[in-house]
Amino acid sequence: MANTTTSDSAFLDAQGNPLFHLAREPHHPEGASTMLGFWIYLMSDCLIFACLFATYGVLGGSYAAGPGPRDLFDLPLVAVNTAMLLLSSITYGFAMLAMEKNRIAATQLWLAVTGLFGLAFLCIELYEFAHLIHEGATPQRSAFLSAFFTLVGTHGLHVTFGIVWLVTLMVQVGRKGLILANKRRLMCLSMFWHFLDVIWIGVFTFVYLMGMLR
Amino acid sequence: MSEPAHTADGHDDPHVEPGAHGSMGSYMIGFGLSVLLTAIPFWLVMGNVLGSAQTTGLVIMGFAVVQIVVHMIFFLHMNTRAEGGWSMMALIFTLVLVVITLSGSMWVMYHLNHNMMPMSAHDMSQMP
Repeated sequence: MANTTTSDSAFLDAQGNPLFHLAREPHHPEGASTMLGFWIYLMSDCLIFACLFATYGVLGGSYAAGPGPRDLFDLPLVAVNTAMLLLSSITYGFAMLAMEKNRIAATQLWLAVTGLFGLAFLCIELYEFAHLIHEGATPQRSAFLSAFFTLVGTHGLHVTFGIVWLVTLMVQVGRKGLILANKRRLMCLSMFWHFLDVIWIGVFTFVYLMGMLR
Repeated sequence: MSEPAHTADGHDDPHVEPGAHGSMGSYMIGFGLSVLLTAIPFWLVMGNVLGSAQTTGLVIMGFAVVQIVVHMIFFLHMNTRAEGGWSMMALIFTLVLVVITLSGSMWVMYHLNHNMMPMSAHDMSQMP
């Protein structure tokens, strides 16, 4: 390529040497690609859950003569848990609507309500886990229980970090207000939070409801 | 759904597309639908309404798929135009991988279990 000459000045630098990269970066406003990047992160997270669902699907019937879903799961409790997560989703939606109108107090209020619903979800899940372990249905008991605790526990861990993130953003909004950067962060957390709700749909259908039908 | 997004100083905000956050109406429609789509599967299983476990399983899986689509549209605001179509492209690619992972694992492992040498309880107790 060294002796290739071109008369087009766009491909030559000031000294007349050929250029193999763009002379000027196209203008990107700050954070313009954050939402797409975060979406791609969520999609990769989705693949983690797909693997865990596949593991549960394969091992979900291997009880090793231990307790099965019918002996362990308490559907009314799962229904309450599902309601908590669903309510937290809609209250996060209200926070986003308040954010669009630049109402800081209303945004903070709805974020706090969302956090409380998330916390309620976690408490119920931890209560359920504690109950199972107390009955001897520990992750070590059978392949079914290992897969169950890994899948549901990973989702619970995501919710935990979502709550940490939510509190962090409430502090940020409290200190700096609804600046553009904070709005972008709140939109990312919004996607994360609703995404966790989507995963939970899979969990309660595939693990709890289908488990009772086995 | 809503007017184009403007920043405080009146410039068009390049990051925020019009209606990117949805509106009160769309959130409430999404919430109502998902309450319905959650309650019906729980009712079907807890009340044993359909009788057959297989039918119930297929029906609640159908409800889950519909509810996931509802959440994607009304809460995650997915559409074919967001980010020049790249969000949708990433989603479709992910869905393909999820389907391959799930159905492939279940299919292969089901046949593996099916073709295993039969083993009696006595043989099992002699396992290392």
